[in-house]
Order: sequence, then structure tokens, then C-alpha cells
Amino acid sequence: MKNFATLTRMRIQLTLRNKMFLFFSVIMPFGFFFLYSGVFAKGIPLLVRYFLGPVMALTVMGSFWGLSAALVTFREQGILRRFHVTPVTASDMLASSIVANFVLTLPTILVEVLFARFFFHVTAFGNLFSAFILIAIGTMSFASLGLVVASVTNTMQETQVINQLIWFPLIFLSGATVPLASLPQVAKRVGLFLPATYLVTELQDAVYWSASPRSRDFLLAIGSLTVWAILTFFLSAQLFRWEPEGKIPRKAKLLVLATAIPFVLLGIWQNRSNRTMAKAQAMFESLDAPAKTDQPAKKH
Amino acid sequence: MTPPILQVQDLVKRYGDVEAVRGVSFAVKEGEVFGLLGPNGAGKTSTIEILEGLRTLDSGRVSVCGLDPQRDSSALKHEIGAALQSTSLPDKLRVMEALRLFASFYKRGRKPEELLKRFGLEEKRNAFYNQLSGGQKQRLALAMALINDPQVLFFDEPTAGLDPQVRREIYDVIEELKKEKKTIVITTHYIEEAERLCDRVAIIDHGKVIALGTPHELKQNSADTTRVEVRLAKVESLEKLRTLDGVVDARELDGAYVLHCRRAAPAIVSLVKHLESQGNELVGLEIATPSLEDVFIEMTGRRLRD
Repeated sequence: MKNFATLTRMRIQLTLRNKMFLFFSVIMPFGFFFLYSGVFAKGIPLLVRYFLGPVMALTVMGSFWGLSAALVTFREQGILRRFHVTPVTASDMLASSIVANFVLTLPTILVEVLFARFFFHVTAFGNLFSAFILIAIGTMSFASLGLVVASVTNTMQETQVINQLIWFPLIFLSGATVPLASLPQVAKRVGLFLPATYLVTELQDAVYWSASPRSRDFLLAIGSLTVWAILTFFLSAQLFRWEPEGKIPRKAKLLVLATAIPFVLLGIWQNRSNRTMAKAQAMFESLDAPAKTDQPAKKH
Repeated sequence: MTPPILQVQDLVKRYGDVEAVRGVSFAVKEGEVFGLLGPNGAGKTSTIEILEGLRTLDSGRVSVCGLDPQRDSSALKHEIGAALQSTSLPDKLRVMEALRLFASFYKRGRKPEELLKRFGLEEKRNAFYNQLSGGQKQRLALAMALINDPQVLFFDEPTAGLDPQVRREIYDVIEELKKEKKTIVITTHYIEEAERLCDRVAIIDHGKVIALGTPHELKQNSADTTRVEVRLAKVESLEKLRTLDGVVDARELDGAYVLHCRRAAPAIVSLVKHLESQGNELVGLEIATPSLEDVFIEMTGRRLRD
């Protein structure tokens, strides 16, 4: 436990000294924030509030870039080797990077909320408790995804290619950039298999429609993300390699597919029930309803 | 008699089809500085990393401080300290932070402040790791190996790639540890290092121990001879050279001839006479008492460093 704590502190220190962190955790999220709030929402408080969920989701999902890159660098440079001769365990190493990432993501989210409040005069933020739970679980699960990417790739180049391949569907098919409701039918169906879609939609529901943490959709999303986070964390600990020359066995790559199970199941069910899609559609359409305040029109 | 603190028996390590370590055995007593001397790729690093618990072995038995590095790896890690090869620290970690961080992993330990002073890193305490010179990095690596006040220290090629002056600095540091009666296992392909630092040396080649003893013993086995290395203008037959007065053995090495002589002076006289009669000429001559390098050459026919 003590090793985990001191490692977490080291990770936070190192991340703050890293330029890549500055980009993925500060510049990119705030870039999205001002693009969405200023341009898409034209500074209208209600629209800013509508887009705040997707912006928070993007901030949360960005976690996996930094974590995968940091772990691969540590391995390639022989830094992990040095830790391997100490009593530090693989789980200490992995868990500390997840927690450090969480600690560093929270302030960014907080600043986004403050900007929305003071720059764009958003006065209500829905159910911030629901949002916080989603952000916490979301950060952990996307960080674990980053660790899995680091585990199955052998070089930084490979890592970055895989990161790109993951990143684009995550942001374009989940409603994080283009609202789900305005995606083509096929894209919608695919999107329903992505963890990102549930993070985006439920965060939007929490902030825009004040979703209760007891609602069925919320619990389903949290449940799936949690199971996914546990599976990915467990897998990354199993595949953890201290040595730069350690290669990943082919069979292990198949195990990665197993971590997709929770969202394959959820995706199949959602494609039939259409629950999440209908909600995204309703939130989207509510924007057309004439609104004098920043309280959203609610259709059920 | 106390049992050895470290024991290796018939150790075998394979990487795919390659047998890197082929039945290595040795034992190290408490307070001893033990050297594994051999060329690159001889199996030294594989051996030492198995002892540290970083690699698994394929067969044989090893024990360090009475522990099995594989089975009791977490207990063993509190008892050993290591300066590894091809390792590094995060670029943006400061010297003092690194020492404090690693100190926090162990049950017992030395004060980071004290190590900083001892390894001459006080001025660099707030420097980032990537701002340190090669020698400073290596001194930090040695300081970090001592942070848990370990029973056994492993230094894998502690001076590889450092310039001679920095190398001597590192020797001084290790000699001081030796005075403290620390048990140290060093791998090296520098003869000077093994002769100067080690109480006993195992010479390793192609994954096997080919000689083991104190540097003095090993050199004595080198047939109490003087080593005379000559360069000649023309090619000379080794058989003829071996028959010269006082010469025990002759071999060719990198374009020179190495003569092992029982009595150097008459050997040189008869060599010069012989060359004159052949119309050959002496281009270069070097006389040396045999070193561990000669022991290695005698046993393998190759030089240590290529």
C-alpha cells in the first residue's frame, strides 16, 4: 500500500513535468470546451450545458493516451527494469498510474464547469453527483484501456498507431463530437457497442437532464464500465512486462477481445431496445424547443 | 564454517534455441567481492539477473541469502541491491526524489542524505536525471543499490561505457564498499576491474565457467611465464618459434605473436638471432607479466575484448 502511495505521488510529479500531459489533459480538453461552447453552442447557456457532457467525456477519455505512452516509455527505456529489482509489484505500478491520472483529470473537469458558469453563464449543472460518479469510473476504465494498449504493443510507434485506431471511433461514433442523433443509422448501431457512447450519453443526461444516480440507464452504464475496467485492469496486470525485450505472446492478444464482452452484450441489448439512442435523440430534439432559460425542455 | 551467502549450481538458461548459460556453478562467501569475467554474450548478465530474481532459470539451483530468487522473490528483494545494465530512470525525476522514492519501498535503509554525500552527488540533488553525466548516473545507480542497506550487491558492468577517469572514480567507490565487508557480485569484461576489485574471479566463456580462483591463483596457473608480444616484418612459423630457447608456447593473435617464456631474456636473444638468420625483422616488442587476459587467451585462444 505504501509503495502504491509513493509511486502515485511520483507519477503525479512526473506527469506535471511532461509536455505531452499538458497537451492531452489541458490544451485538448479546453480546446474542445471553447469550440463546443463558443462555436457550436454560440455561447447560449442552455446549449453550453447540452455540450458540457460530451466535453467532460472527451476529457475523461483522453486518459488512455497519456497512460499508454507513459507505460511504454517506462518499459522501452528500461525504467521498469529498475523497479523490478525493488519490492514494487506490477499492480502497484499500474494502479498508481490510474490513480495519478484520476487526480490530475479532476481539476480539468472542475475548471470546465467553472468556465461554463462564469464565461457562459450556465447557472444549473443538473445532477453533479451522477456526473462525478461517471467521471470517476470513466477515468479509471479508460486509463485501464490505455494500460492494455501498452501491454499488447511492443514499441511506442505501435502504441501510437493503436491509440489513433481507438481514438477516432471513440470520439466520432459515441456522440462526443457529432451528436448521436445526427449520425447515420449504421454508425449509430456500431456506436452502441462502444463504452464511450454510454459515458457520453449518461454524462449528458446527468448534466443536461439531471439524471438520478438511481436511474436504470445510469446504473447500467456504471455497471458495464466497472466490469470493463476490472477486466482491462486484470488483463493489463497479467500481460505486464518489465523487460523491454519481452514480447507479447499471440494468444494474449486474443484475451484482449474478451474484455469487449460487457459492451458487446450491452450493445446487442441496446440495438434491440433502442433505449440509449432514443434518449440521445430526445435530448438533441429538445434543443429545438424554444427556451427562455437554461432549463432544458424535457420530453418523455 | 558459515555456509556461502550465495550459491549457484549447474545453472542453465536458454533463450529459444540459444543456450546462454550452460551449467554454471560457483559460491560466494559473505563479505567477498566476486567477479564474473568474460566477453560480451558469455552469459554473465543472464546469470546475475537470475540471481536478482529478474529472470527465470531453466535448470539448476540458485540461492541468495538462503532464499530462492524465483519462489521467495518478494522477500529477496529486501535483501539485495543492484545496479543493472541498460536501465534508466524517468528523465524528469530529480536525484533526491529518486533516492527518497526508492528508499520508501524498503523495510530498512540508509538515509538518502548520507548516500548523496558519499557518492558526491550533493550538488546534483535537485538536478533532473536527464541532466546528469554518464558518471553521475552511474554513481546514482550505485547509491540507489545501497538504499536498503542490502546484504548482497549486484553490479552488472558497473563501468561499461564510461571514460577511464570516471571508471577509476567508480573503482574507488566499490573499493570503499569492499572495506565495509559488503558481499558484492560484479560482472565485467575489463581485466583491470576484475584484478583490482575482486577477491575471486570466475572466468566465463560461452556460458561456462572455464576458470575460478583468486586473480593471483589464476595468473599463477598461467605457467609462471612472462608474456612477450612481438610484431614481425614477415610471417614466421609458430612451430619454429616454439622451439626457441626459453619459449614455452607461441600463438598468433591479431597479427602479432604472443610468446609465453619461462626466461624472457634468453628467449628474446634467441628470437633476435633466429630472425636475423631468416632475414626477418622485429617491428614491435612488448613484455608483460601475465594478466587475467593471458589466462583467458590461453584457455580460449581469443582476446576478451573484441
